Amino acid sequence: MAIERKRRNAIPEQDATIRSKNFDEVALGFDEKVAIDEASRCLNCKNAPCMKGCPVGVRIPEFLAKVREGKFSEAGEIIKSTNSLPSVCGRVCPQEEQCEKMCVRVKIDGAVSIGGVERFIGDYMLSLPSENKEVIKTGKKVAVVGSGPSGLTCAAQLAQKGVEVTVYEAFHKTGGVLVYGIPEFRLPKRLVGAEVDKLKEWGVKFELNTVVGKTITIDELLEQNDAVFIGSGAGLPMFMGIEGENLNGVLSANEYLTRINLMRAYESGSATPVQRGKNVAVIGAGNVAMDAARTALRMGADEVTVIYRRGREEMPARAEEIKHAEQEGIKFRLLSNPVRILGENGKVNAIECVKMQLGEPDASGRRTPVAVENSEFILPADMVIVALGTSPNPLIKDSFDALETGKKGTLIVDESLMTSVDGVYAGGDAVTGAATVILAMGAGRKAAQSILDRLGVK
Amino acid sequence: MNQIVKKRALAPKVNEYVISALRVATHCRPGQFIILRVDEEGERIPFTICDYSADEGTVTILVQEVGYSTALLAQKGEGDYIADFVGPLGKATDLSEYNRIALVGGGIGSAVIYPQAKFLRAIGKPADVILGARNEQLLMYLDEFDRSANNLYLATDDGSRGVKGFVTDVLKKRLDENAYDCVMAVGPMGMMRAVCALTKEYGVKTVVSMNPIMVDGTGMCGGCRLTVGGKTKYACVDGPEFDGHEIDWETAMSRLGAYREQEKEHACRLTGERR
Repeated sequence: MAIERKRRNAIPEQDATIRSKNFDEVALGFDEKVAIDEASRCLNCKNAPCMKGCPVGVRIPEFLAKVREGKFSEAGEIIKSTNSLPSVCGRVCPQEEQCEKMCVRVKIDGAVSIGGVERFIGDYMLSLPSENKEVIKTGKKVAVVGSGPSGLTCAAQLAQKGVEVTVYEAFHKTGGVLVYGIPEFRLPKRLVGAEVDKLKEWGVKFELNTVVGKTITIDELLEQNDAVFIGSGAGLPMFMGIEGENLNGVLSANEYLTRINLMRAYESGSATPVQRGKNVAVIGAGNVAMDAARTALRMGADEVTVIYRRGREEMPARAEEIKHAEQEGIKFRLLSNPVRILGENGKVNAIECVKMQLGEPDASGRRTPVAVENSEFILPADMVIVALGTSPNPLIKDSFDALETGKKGTLIVDESLMTSVDGVYAGGDAVTGAATVILAMGAGRKAAQSILDRLGVK
Repeated sequence: MNQIVKKRALAPKVNEYVISALRVATHCRPGQFIILRVDEEGERIPFTICDYSADEGTVTILVQEVGYSTALLAQKGEGDYIADFVGPLGKATDLSEYNRIALVGGGIGSAVIYPQAKFLRAIGKPADVILGARNEQLLMYLDEFDRSANNLYLATDDGSRGVKGFVTDVLKKRLDENAYDCVMAVGPMGMMRAVCALTKEYGVKTVVSMNPIMVDGTGMCGGCRLTVGGKTKYACVDGPEFDGHEIDWETAMSRLGAYREQEKEHACRLTGERR
C-alpha cells in the first residue's frame, strides 16, 4: 500500500541561544491545529505496532483518531485509562525508543509524533475544570511509599476503584524525581503539581515529610492498611571513588539538581545556596548528565563539558537531549575517563582524564572501553558534577529485614510485583534500578491491579 | 506544619525549641537528627535531636543563630508554626557495650549529648559528662546534666565557671587516671578533632557526631559525604556518628565551608549586616 507522504510536524522550540539562559520550557508543544494535523498522519494500523512499544499500553491509534475529530477530552479519557500522567509522559518518555520506533511511518516520512500529541492532550486535560467523580468506596486502605511516577500511578489506579490511598513522601513536596530530578525546562513543576491536585480530588491523601522506615515503619503501615506499595525509587548517587572526589565543588547530579529544581536555588533570593561554576565538567552521558550540564549552562557557566568514557553511539541519553545539549553549546569529551580530581585549598580546579578506546564487546554487547597508555590530559574545572547513575535507597530495607533484595540493593518481587513480604508490593526504580519514568508508571499500574485482585475489588 | 510548643533562650543567640512532631517523637532514639524548613521558601537544615518525649509528642532541638535560616527561626515564638519537620534521620548511637563512658560536649554540642546521658542513666550506666564553652553564659543544660551525669565537669575558656581551659584539659586528667573505655564528643569540628587527637594517644575508643552540610538527609544528595577510614561515607545514612579516629578531619572541615560565600550574602539580606 502506498502511503501519501506527509512529513512529521516538528515540535516548536525556544531558540537555543535564548533558552540556554532561562529555565522556561524548551519544547513549546503543538497548538490545536497542528495536533489535529499530526494525529491525522496516523494510518490506524490494524495491529497497532506502536502500542507494543508502550510500556503501559496506551491505546494510541484510538486516541489519535479522537484527536483528529477534535474530540480532545474523549482522547484524554482513552489515554488516562492506562496512563495517569499524560502531560508528563508526553514530555519525558523516550518515544523514539518506544511507540514511535514501532510506527510504520518511521522510515518513510517520520513516525507520528505520538509524544507531541499526547503532551497536547495531557495539557488540555489539566486545563479542564475538575469533575466530581462519584467513586463507590470499598472500605479498603492502601499505603503508597513515595510520590514519584510509580507511586502516583499506583495511587491513581487504586483511588479510581474506591480504595482509600495514603501516599507517604520523604520530601516536603510531592512528585519524587519529577520535581527534584527533572529540570523545569524539560518538565514544568506546575504540571506535576496539577497532576497531584487531580489525585487529591479523587481523595488520595498525601503525607509529606514522612520517611518510611524512619518516621513510620512498614510494620505500622501493614497494621493500618490492607496492602502497601513501595515506590521509593533509586535515589542514591554513585561516585567513582577516585582521588579528589570529596573536594568542594565536586557534587552529585542529585545534589546539584535537587538544590536547583526542588529548592529553587536558581531563583534570586532563594534561601538554599548553590555553587555557580564557570567552567563545569559533567561526568556521565545519561539523561541526568544532560540535565545537569544544561542546568549548569543556565546557571551562568561559561563552559560546560560532558566527559564520557565510551563513544557517541554508546551515550545512554535520549538523542533529543543530546541534540538539545549540543545546540545549547555543551561540549563533549568522549572516550575520556576521569582518573583524579585536582584542587587547591580544598576546592576543585581541574580534572585529569585518560583517553580511552573501545575494545571487544562485553557480555551486554557494549564495547568495553580500555585506557590508552600515557594519554592523560588535564581539563580545568571549577565545578565537577558526577552523573554516573543511582542505586536504590537502602533506608527502607535497613529498617525492615524481611524485605529481600538483589545484589544491587533492588527489591525482589514476584510476577504480581509482590515482595518477599505478604501484602507488600513494589515497583519502579526501587525494583529495577534507575530506569525511565514510564517503566515506573507501568509498574505502579501493574502493582495496583495486583492489589485490587488481592483485595477483591473489581 | 509543626508547632513550636515551647521556646526558651539558653544563651545569647541560642534557643531551645520544643516542637510538636508526634511521629518523630515516637520513633526516635539518641543520636538521631531531624531536618526542618522554617517557611515555604526555606532551606532544609539539619539539627541533632536534644530531647524527645513520646508521651507529649514533642522533639527538642537547640539552635544557634549562625546565618539566614537560623535567624529566621529565631523570629518565631511559642505557638508559631514552622513549615516542615522531618525525622528521625540517621542511625541511633548505642554505647551500651561500654561501661566507663565520658560524654564530652562543646558549645551547643553539649545539648546534643544530653539524650545520650539520659539514656545511659536510664540503663544504669551513668556516664561522666565534660562540658566546655567560651564562658559561663554559653554552658547549657546544666540542671539536666546534674540529674543524668555520673560526674559533671565544666571548663570555660575564661574560667568564669569550672576549670579555666578546654574540655581536653579535663579529659586528659581523667584519661591519665584510666577512667574511660569510651569517649563520645559532640561540638564544633575543631573541638571534636582535638578530643580525638588526645584519645588516640590513650587508645580509647571515641565516637563523634558529625553535622555536615546536607539537603535531603536520606542518602540522596551525597552532600554530607565524609572520608572515614579512607572510605566515603554519608553522614545522613551511615552516621551521623562515626569513629572519630577514622575521620579525615581536614576534608570534613573544608567541606563545611563549601557554601560560605553564598551564606554570607544571605545573612546580609536578612539583617542588613555585613560580615
